[in-house]
Amino acid sequence: MTVQELPGAAAYRPTPPPAWRPRTDPAPLLPDPEPFRVLGTGAELDAALMLKLYGELVRGRRYNAQATALTKQGRLAVYPSSTGQEACEVAAALALEERDWLFPSYRDTLAAVARGLDPVQALTLLRGDWHTGYDPREHRIAPLCTPLATQLPHAVGLAHAARLKGDDVVALALVGDGGTSEGDFHEALNFAAVWQAPVVFLVQNNGFAISVPLAKQTAAPSLAHKAVGYGMPGRLVDGNDAPAVHQVLSEAVARARRGGGPTLIEAVTYRMEAHTNADDATRYRGSAEVDAWREHDPIRILEDELTARGILDEHGIRTAAEAAETMAAALRERMNADPVLDPMDLFAEVYAEQSGQLREQAAQLRAELEAEAR
Amino acid sequence: MTTATAKKPATMAQALQRAMRDAMAEDPSVHVLGEDVGALGGVFRVTDGLAKEFGEDRCTDTPLAEAGILGTAVGMAMYGLRPVVEMQFDAFAYPAFEQLISHVAKMRNRTGGAMPMPIVVRVPYGGGIGGVEHHSDSSEAYYMATPGLKVVTPATVEDAYGLLREAIASDDPVVFLEPKRLYWSKSDWSPEAPVTVEPIGRAVVRRTGHSATLITYGPSVPVCMEAAEAAREEGWDLEVVDLRSLVPFDDETVCASVRRTGRAVVVHESAGFGGPGGEIAARVTERCFHHLEAPVLRVAGFDIPYPPPMLEKHHLPGVDRVLDAVARLQWEAEH
Repeated sequence: MTVQELPGAAAYRPTPPPAWRPRTDPAPLLPDPEPFRVLGTGAELDAALMLKLYGELVRGRRYNAQATALTKQGRLAVYPSSTGQEACEVAAALALEERDWLFPSYRDTLAAVARGLDPVQALTLLRGDWHTGYDPREHRIAPLCTPLATQLPHAVGLAHAARLKGDDVVALALVGDGGTSEGDFHEALNFAAVWQAPVVFLVQNNGFAISVPLAKQTAAPSLAHKAVGYGMPGRLVDGNDAPAVHQVLSEAVARARRGGGPTLIEAVTYRMEAHTNADDATRYRGSAEVDAWREHDPIRILEDELTARGILDEHGIRTAAEAAETMAAALRERMNADPVLDPMDLFAEVYAEQSGQLREQAAQLRAELEAEAR
Repeated sequence: MTTATAKKPATMAQALQRAMRDAMAEDPSVHVLGEDVGALGGVFRVTDGLAKEFGEDRCTDTPLAEAGILGTAVGMAMYGLRPVVEMQFDAFAYPAFEQLISHVAKMRNRTGGAMPMPIVVRVPYGGGIGGVEHHSDSSEAYYMATPGLKVVTPATVEDAYGLLREAIASDDPVVFLEPKRLYWSKSDWSPEAPVTVEPIGRAVVRRTGHSATLITYGPSVPVCMEAAEAAREEGWDLEVVDLRSLVPFDDETVCASVRRTGRAVVVHESAGFGGPGGEIAARVTERCFHHLEAPVLRVAGFDIPYPPPMLEKHHLPGVDRVLDAVARLQWEAEH
């Protein structure tokens, strides 16, 4: 028996004043229960865009493989592969205009590369020679963020600041399914909705936070459902369907740009590799599940559809593969050399002006280096 | 260039408010944000009138979420604004620690200097106002332990203005600790009068003396000044050094004083173990060992969670505890 069912309970129930009622009808904010799909629906496809998406997917897959190989060769400290998630990465980057900002997490190297970042610069964090590896302002790509979900409020603040300055800039923030459990995820979404900031949140739900499956992460019907409580629309999309992800993201970006406020998008995808090279995925998932997702591979389903429609042919497939090989060869060659680092850089950018304490420590290191050199 | 206007005593809270107002008037990129900073003017009224004068886009009431406030400030700074964040109370600033330590303090370094974080985090701190739990923490040691942050705390009305202007002008992130029991302290300084603004990182000798040096900052400065006056009756002529900036640390001024006096006591109200006093005592000993006539002593709060208000008078270092420490400086060894 609930409180409402107790005899006489209704008489004691106060009538809420108007301010207590929901301010927004939640129905339009709710995501469709089925992930949005384009492939296999007979929807019209923009051939030029499709070929662009396809080329970036193939290049991205090759990039993931090459970076993983570099890790095994000791050239990278670690590499969190996004194999299987390339559609999310590529669509995220291609949905943005040049003036927009991307806020990636540590797994989103591909999104940064698809946005035009030098493939080597995108790996310096993981190689270990310079944390960020590029000027975030130059590319409008925030540093790849390792702490979970902490980059989301940055995206909100930047989008808010841009709007205050009168610029029609949109911020796109990427986060994983595990990151949605963090407090910063909640605070970022809440700030974004209250401020109506032009920001889009893309959750790449790849099934696992390292080893913990989504069912142990959340009891929500879907991660996109979380949007409703903040007063922003939630969208659910097939994260392996590149045209679908691109369409949903483009709509959310356009909506944010015209002052419509933030959107939360959940892209349902799958991480085909382990969390990083340090992880053993066989401990927490069976090969049958991985095989099932292999049938729904983002490159394969796009290639099949584009070929069937005559947008892509053998020549196109070969061209994309060759371009990816060229990129990989260049990456291998450029990553083969040991970077030359100046130890004195340790003290260079801690503060705008070096403190007396750091000047003393810099002098100590310089003396040590000179002694070593003798 | 003194003005002819009659001086009326100003409070530290007014000086801080004036500093933000002047900075906002001079630089449109300065934005104030925090909980209750708008219509209410802050729970201590430090942001009083800013929203009215500059609009809610420049002085913004945020949702109640410290990590969100500082996290969005990071994004605002990325886009070229200079956010001044108010954390309502010392202990309420803790949810923002991850943003502060992982991003605010490190962004310049991570990006090779490409992305400075000109953010000021204003934190009312310390006890002595009869606050209930979680309203009286001295959190300076946590901030001091984080490279990349400047940590500043004023003890006078004039410094409150000058240091906050410097903090807002700084391209580095500054944790600006406001001793809340000094918010209503007064001085003859008029909020309208011009002031000399000292760069961050310089300590000041508040009182000269030759017997021993009291090294202190923030809310303990008035305590030490009072102790120095009382010490005259005991025959001690104490020098008082107000650090003003804990990071960067002014070794020069502190050590020059200790070399003159030969004895030193560090005084602060945060816990002694792992507190700023240990670092300061070590620095002084490393640099002034042959000038010292006695070990550097510490007078600090006890190593306890901040006590309930009816007991805080037993916890906070007062004049007597400072004088007791001075008495323990091995005076007989002089001979």
